Amino acid sequence: MGDRRAFDEIWGHDGPARPRAALTELARWIDETPSDDLARRSEAAEATFRQLGITFAVYGESEASERIIPFDIVPRVFLADEWARLSEGLIQRVDAINAFLNDIYGEQRILAEGVLPPELILGNPQFRHEVVGIAPPHGIWAHICGIDLVRTGPDDFFVLEDNARTPSGVSYMLENREAMIRLCPELFRKFRVAAVDSYPDRLLETMRSVAPTGAGSRPVCVVLTPGHFNSAYYEHSFLADSMGIELVEPADLVVDDDVVWMQTIAGRVKVDVIYRRIDDDFLDPIVFRPDSLLGVPGIMAAYRAGNVALINAPGNGIADDKAIYSYMPEIVRFYSGGEARLPNVETWRCREPQALKYVLDHLPELVVKLVDGSGGYGMLVGPTASSAEIEAFRAALVAEPHRYIAQPTLALSTVPTLAEAGLAPRHVDFRPFVLSGSGGVQVVPGGLTRVALREGSLVVNSSQGGGTKDSFVLMPDARTLAQSQTMGDMVQQQELGL
Amino acid sequence: MRISVDHRTRYVFSEPQSRIVQLLRLWPDDSDSQTVVDWRIDVDCDARLRRHRDGLGNQVTMLYADGPIDAIEISVQGEVLTSMRDGHVSGVIETLPAAFYARDTPATRADAAIAAFAREHGDPLAIAGALGVMARPADGSGETLRDAAEAFAAGDPSVREAAQVMIAAMRSLGTPARYVSGYLLGEENHGAPHGWVEIASRAGAGWIAIDPSRGGTADERHVRMCVGLDAHDAAPVAGSRLGAGSEALDVDLHVARGSRQE
Repeated sequence: MGDRRAFDEIWGHDGPARPRAALTELARWIDETPSDDLARRSEAAEATFRQLGITFAVYGESEASERIIPFDIVPRVFLADEWARLSEGLIQRVDAINAFLNDIYGEQRILAEGVLPPELILGNPQFRHEVVGIAPPHGIWAHICGIDLVRTGPDDFFVLEDNARTPSGVSYMLENREAMIRLCPELFRKFRVAAVDSYPDRLLETMRSVAPTGAGSRPVCVVLTPGHFNSAYYEHSFLADSMGIELVEPADLVVDDDVVWMQTIAGRVKVDVIYRRIDDDFLDPIVFRPDSLLGVPGIMAAYRAGNVALINAPGNGIADDKAIYSYMPEIVRFYSGGEARLPNVETWRCREPQALKYVLDHLPELVVKLVDGSGGYGMLVGPTASSAEIEAFRAALVAEPHRYIAQPTLALSTVPTLAEAGLAPRHVDFRPFVLSGSGGVQVVPGGLTRVALREGSLVVNSSQGGGTKDSFVLMPDARTLAQSQTMGDMVQQQELGL
Repeated sequence: MRISVDHRTRYVFSEPQSRIVQLLRLWPDDSDSQTVVDWRIDVDCDARLRRHRDGLGNQVTMLYADGPIDAIEISVQGEVLTSMRDGHVSGVIETLPAAFYARDTPATRADAAIAAFAREHGDPLAIAGALGVMARPADGSGETLRDAAEAFAAGDPSVREAAQVMIAAMRSLGTPARYVSGYLLGEENHGAPHGWVEIASRAGAGWIAIDPSRGGTADERHVRMCVGLDAHDAAPVAGSRLGAGSEALDVDLHVARGSRQE
């Protein structure tokens, strides 16, 4: 919690006077730049965002208010070796997510071998029978993953949540960087920061790489948006624009003879790859929601026939479901053959008697969550809860243990952030973006850092006073590069960092 | 037994439609209790048909037609040889473990009344028997399906609704159950095809077909076409049309002993 001094990613454990050795230069920049100068730059960035209309809910929150998310000018920084290790863990995890989806909608080996309780999958509404037996082009399901991470120490990263459906927020990563380059050019002269502006090219390359066989050498790729009323419409149009491909709405697409066509002024054009920002439920009214007027009738038939690639694949919700999360270490082990390099936050499944006993004995220290709850409902934060609340949860846990999981309250890392009274440590989390194409999995060297702007707060949600920061990934200097090139799988990371 | 099916579904639109896309669950498969001798789907306008197998293993047909379309008629004709197997279902394609069919859907959610009814009767055949008494005979009219709880509370479930009530009841007892859409010998109506239930056998081996509208196991008079979690999931036609106005649906169904009897 806020009272214990958490690990600060720039200042370390000992406060501004003794920053982390590798980051003394950045700490000096923070120290030497007057606060009102930093404030002015933050405001300038926010003014730009307002002008651009980046006013969407980052994590799929359904806020009606169209406001921008506050931006903090002090960047969050990953050292080259930290990033290399983090990337390995992310690649392993996303590989496992793809393998899991391939298996669970196919052979279901993981159930046959007793690794997961079958009812966890078969009874889960996120497991879609409409997707069973489909083999997506190149066997890739989670083309774009956002893996939400928290950090508690220099090398202690934990996965908080996987997002394998339509992770948003990538436009923040890009716009934040653009603002930083404009407003703090000196930082980019001082530090070798890996560029993120190649993201649209990488995404397009990923899309093309998973085009169905027979699509030809120039597959037609589009971004499918529900329309301009959608809260993430800015990101949809931004991505289509920066990739140089069409932004279409459901009414622009028709399916005929199991092939998807785009209606254009010049006639109809066959579509090979669709980055769809429409939820499964509204993708194809014939298959998913007969009452829905949205969607493209027949698109699932075209997909099943192998005539179009859908990004991300329908049915992915089973991979990032809360009930599945606590089994991710087992899932990673099952498909990768090794231990997860990027651990979960320790999670007690109260359905297991021993775990339940531990949880009941330690309620004041733990966060208890409903497996099927959402939006913070049905959640106990032990350290801040009243004894009455704790007792109410104790009763609920005893009555229906299978509905609950519990986690420790973590001392989330902080990053210096501009507050009313100057710079102060504020808690952060992180969403890196991971792309899976036919050529493999890559991690974009950057991501979205969310920061809890209120002192001591661990809640980074934009609806509750959260803001964003740019996330710098430092490139290795010549010396460390030479070292890391001796490690085969690191080389790929280096290339991605450029 | 040789059973012949003549099933015509006609949509008439109040205004011409510019496009129609439909998913037809109108193609039976061979199994240990039935052999499809002859089957065809015809459409009375220029349309493209594509056959698939869906996630539950059903044969489905996609229909794509361009407008302007004032009316469209889908005609299904075929012959199937069936045999008596006391409701035992085998030789069908299974894509998922039986436990999948233990999940409920909005249409098959058991309320307290259905759960109590299920506990009271306990045995699947007893449940089917009680529903058979309650179910109203097919009156040949089109119908809007009520959810299981609503139809059960009203006390007059139609044939297809009785199947959904039985599914809800069996799932409330922890037994996986699924909806079967198909044809029943002697059906002569203007509504939808017949519907019954398959429940996972206690031994964990295979499925037993029970027709609650008849209060017993399905037999050689049943032609099995497709399965789903509920009647919507197994609807014979799921469609989408592009165009204004309303539609009128007319179904003409004849299921009879084949002309060439064994």
